[in-house]
Amino acid sequence: MKMKVFVAALAATVALGAVPALADLTMPSLSYRTGPYAPNGIPFADGYADYWTLLNERDGGIEGVKVKNIECETAYNTQQGVECYESTKGEGSLAYQPLSTGITYQLIPKATADGIPIHSMGYGRTSAANGTVFPNVFNFPGTYWDAASIIIKYAMEQEGGSLKGKKVALVYHNSAYGKEPIRTLEKLAEKHGYSLMLLPVDHPGQEQKATWLQVRREKPDYVIMWGWGVMNQVAIKEAASIRYPMDHFIGGWWSGAETDVLPAGDVADGYKSINFHSVGNDFPIYSDLQKYVYDAGKAAGDGSNAGTVLYNRGMAAAMWAAEAARTAMKIHGTKDLTPPMMRDGYEALNVDEARLNELGLPGFTVPVKVTCANHGGPGLGLIQQWDAKAKSWKIVSDFIGADREVVDELIVEDSMAYAKENNITPRECK
Amino acid sequence: MSYLIETILSGLLAGVMYSLVALGFVLIFKASQIFNFAQGVLCLFAALTLASLMLGNTPFSELLHTLGLPNDWMPVVPIWIAVPITILVMIGLAFVIERFVLRYLVNQEPIILFMATIGLAYVLEGMGDLMWGSDVKPLSVGLPEGALDWMFDRFDIYVDKLEIAAAVVATVLVIALSLFSQYTRIGRALRAVADDHQAALSVGISLRTIWIIVWSIAGFVALVAGTMWGAKSGVQFSLSLIALKALPVLILGGFTSIPGAILGGLIIGVGEKLAELYAGPYIGGAIENWFAYVLALAFLLVRPQGLFGERIIERV
Amino acid sequence: MLYRETGDFKVSYRDDQQTFPIIQDRWLFWGMLAVAFLVIPFIIDDYWEKSIVLPFLVFSLAAIGLNILTGYCGLLSLGTGGFMAVGAYASYKLMTAFPELNIVIVILLSGGVTAAVGMFFGLPSLRIKGFYLAVATLAAQFFLVWLFNKVPWFYNYSATGQITAPERSIFGFAVTGPEATPAATYLFCLAFVTVLALVAKNLIRGRIGRSWMSIRDMDIAAEIIGVPPMRTKLSAFAVSSFYIGIAGALYFTVWFGAAEPTEAFGINQSFLVLFMVIIGGLGSMLGSFLGAAFMVLLPIVLKNIMVGGFDVLPVLAKHVEITLVGSLIIFFLIVEPHGLARLWSIAKEKMRLWPFPH
Repeated sequence: MKMKVFVAALAATVALGAVPALADLTMPSLSYRTGPYAPNGIPFADGYADYWTLLNERDGGIEGVKVKNIECETAYNTQQGVECYESTKGEGSLAYQPLSTGITYQLIPKATADGIPIHSMGYGRTSAANGTVFPNVFNFPGTYWDAASIIIKYAMEQEGGSLKGKKVALVYHNSAYGKEPIRTLEKLAEKHGYSLMLLPVDHPGQEQKATWLQVRREKPDYVIMWGWGVMNQVAIKEAASIRYPMDHFIGGWWSGAETDVLPAGDVADGYKSINFHSVGNDFPIYSDLQKYVYDAGKAAGDGSNAGTVLYNRGMAAAMWAAEAARTAMKIHGTKDLTPPMMRDGYEALNVDEARLNELGLPGFTVPVKVTCANHGGPGLGLIQQWDAKAKSWKIVSDFIGADREVVDELIVEDSMAYAKENNITPRECK
Repeated sequence: MSYLIETILSGLLAGVMYSLVALGFVLIFKASQIFNFAQGVLCLFAALTLASLMLGNTPFSELLHTLGLPNDWMPVVPIWIAVPITILVMIGLAFVIERFVLRYLVNQEPIILFMATIGLAYVLEGMGDLMWGSDVKPLSVGLPEGALDWMFDRFDIYVDKLEIAAAVVATVLVIALSLFSQYTRIGRALRAVADDHQAALSVGISLRTIWIIVWSIAGFVALVAGTMWGAKSGVQFSLSLIALKALPVLILGGFTSIPGAILGGLIIGVGEKLAELYAGPYIGGAIENWFAYVLALAFLLVRPQGLFGERIIERV
Repeated sequence: MLYRETGDFKVSYRDDQQTFPIIQDRWLFWGMLAVAFLVIPFIIDDYWEKSIVLPFLVFSLAAIGLNILTGYCGLLSLGTGGFMAVGAYASYKLMTAFPELNIVIVILLSGGVTAAVGMFFGLPSLRIKGFYLAVATLAAQFFLVWLFNKVPWFYNYSATGQITAPERSIFGFAVTGPEATPAATYLFCLAFVTVLALVAKNLIRGRIGRSWMSIRDMDIAAEIIGVPPMRTKLSAFAVSSFYIGIAGALYFTVWFGAAEPTEAFGINQSFLVLFMVIIGGLGSMLGSFLGAAFMVLLPIVLKNIMVGGFDVLPVLAKHVEITLVGSLIIFFLIVEPHGLARLWSIAKEKMRLWPFPH
């Protein structure tokens, strides 16, 4: 029976396709356009792909080197994600964006051993922000722990500076992803004197009656949500049904896209969520996108996602990867990049406001400056609010910074525990 | 006190939602001894078809786009045309399933038939995605939403209007189904087949026709269930996973009993809500998923054939 | 002409009862083992290891486990994912609590733990049968996954509940952790699969296997002729869970190296293994391997042909792939409800008669 396996495997490998031209910059995209989380995966993958198409069509690539974006479908499933990683890494992939907390955890040790950088933008393992322990992993511009702290800070501002004696509930996806903010929220609860209530929701989250009845019983002053997929839509609808004040209901940055609020209709009005980039298509880059990508019929997907939250996020991810590649070319003085060079590029990345202006993205996102020790970026976020009438998100706060004191301490603690468990000696950073 | 009432009410109504899915399972199991795992995906497929028609999406638009064909020629279909079209699609599906799957699997062991329906679930899932794309689609068929106002204001008890609507629909559905099976010719044939395949065949009832009819009815029930659940969350892939919610209902009520499916749903609904709200905080939340199964298991240990299941008689 | 027993005379009972009675089968078996142990380790690379060979080996083991329960003892179980989780978490706890313990012992002990858990959840089988039992095992599935997700002790109080396998080695070769070479992990799993498959094959031929089959064929009749149903059913649960537990431990430690319970050990895993058993053939050792190969390879081959060969959009390819996998499952069930193993034995029968079929 093994023979059969290998004959078939041989066929599979032969079918794997042509080897890319050496000079191409290969940027794999582990997308998920199928499965239970597809509604969130599609706009992100579209934005990511369209940015690369734009660079190729408008500028002829990055510094004249074409970018090859290979998409591999993971269905948000770890097993398929690993298969995608193994099958695309042979094609000279420069950096991975695993796009799922599960896949990120899986790839951190593997990619580190293979010397390929990972950019888990605002997800994945939070303590990877510590560059001394995780030299190959980047999670700027902010981590879940930053996000949790920013939401609490925002709530405090709303309450006039103090949350003492208040009740905060966390409704979370009962998985590694959803559990991320718990520790931070607990630490902050000690510091600010609010009480925290944990309400897990099991995958997929079609039925949340019990969760929201608990919210009704306990009447928390704020509800924070770390949801994903169908859970978001149901939660927003249930919250509205029990007449929870929507402006006290704040989602994490993966619970604040159009697909999350639209199915709920008018009742979603006022729902808030945190974000680390701006919304809408009111940026100069969109006219280029229109000209070189959409009108040329080269848009990924059906083009209906342009300007949505997750589309913009996909673009942000591609933008940082492109800038990292540019930086790497500058550092190493070559246009033929390898993954370790790309890693150096990410580590020396500095996209400030001036650079964002040049890219046609003024004020689009937070300025990011990565250093050897800090891979987590500035940790800034803003709060956006859903306007159901206009069917758009409105930004209702400035960029807010996280409580660095609390978050940094947690990051050091967790990354050191990881280092100890896996016999890693943290490197020195000058 | 009002909180307890509220919990029980919510449980009952959630139970009705489970029963709606479980009904489809029971119908098919009764008529053909097939444990139809594809029922969840049928719900998804039906709701997806309805929602997409109403949104004016073109079927296979991605495929057409890849092939370079025009892919935006579908008009927005009003609901009173979209529903009949969807029903027709589900009947067509029943034909196809009978023609290409069931016909060849007559007299196989139950587990083989079960597996075939899982294969079918894959096919429908893939087809649904291919035809309509996998983004989330809002579905508004004019069902009421939000809390029932007078209950909320007067007694501070929260009851979801959508679920009351679901309860009404379920009642109508069950009454219609039982009238249908009691008083129509086809209904009697259905019951004859459920009683004894061989005997039914020998008096001239065509098994194939009966199967098509049963699968069409199950498709219709799936449409109703899919619409109810889809109105809650938008129509998307996760809708197919509600089948897992219906399984404990099914074992509790027995695979062959329609009243069992309803009563099982109510028991599971109330049981899991009470457990989650009153025991959940002590042993950690999100217990309702496995609690439903444990509750069903506890009932099974007393009655191995489910509450209303036919008594299992074993002979050597 | 070549493939037949003619002239292969058995002169002792020992000869007559060997595992592979036909001489060509024996050659084929030893030949494949030789290739598997002596050739493949030198040509295997990362992609083949992680995407094809390890999944095949791990799922073969799980399929053997489930086949013992469902195929040989007739007890339908949908708790495979949960039992794999028990194996994985047992190995994680053992590895972190006793860093000195040899990895082989860790994995065998994980199997033992799973066997105990499996016996406990097998208790309802004494009273419940058929699909009702299947749904009862779902209770185990959901409960176990919930437990590992909920109780921090199981994941050593890490922030997110993810578990990561530390590096362990045998004879100086790392077999777990990111530094392990494909050849090392492959040989490690292959050794487990080979030994355990032979053990299972012989268990099934022996007294205990026969008692399982008698329960499967008709439990009341079996009870009347003196097969104790309780001991037999529980032993089937124990042995089956032992195999599944080892599969879970290898899945976590060697193949993935990290896992979170909700996704890695979800209900999908249970269905996948059940598929393998049924497509491969209920009550057949060969079937477990064929089924695992079919379900592991089919999606990858389809994907590579469509995306690599015909340049189809990945998303479109995925949709078509799901549809095709479903269609092929139905197709094979229609063509041969007794599985791929049965197709193979029909082919063998034909070969024996060839070229004189009449």
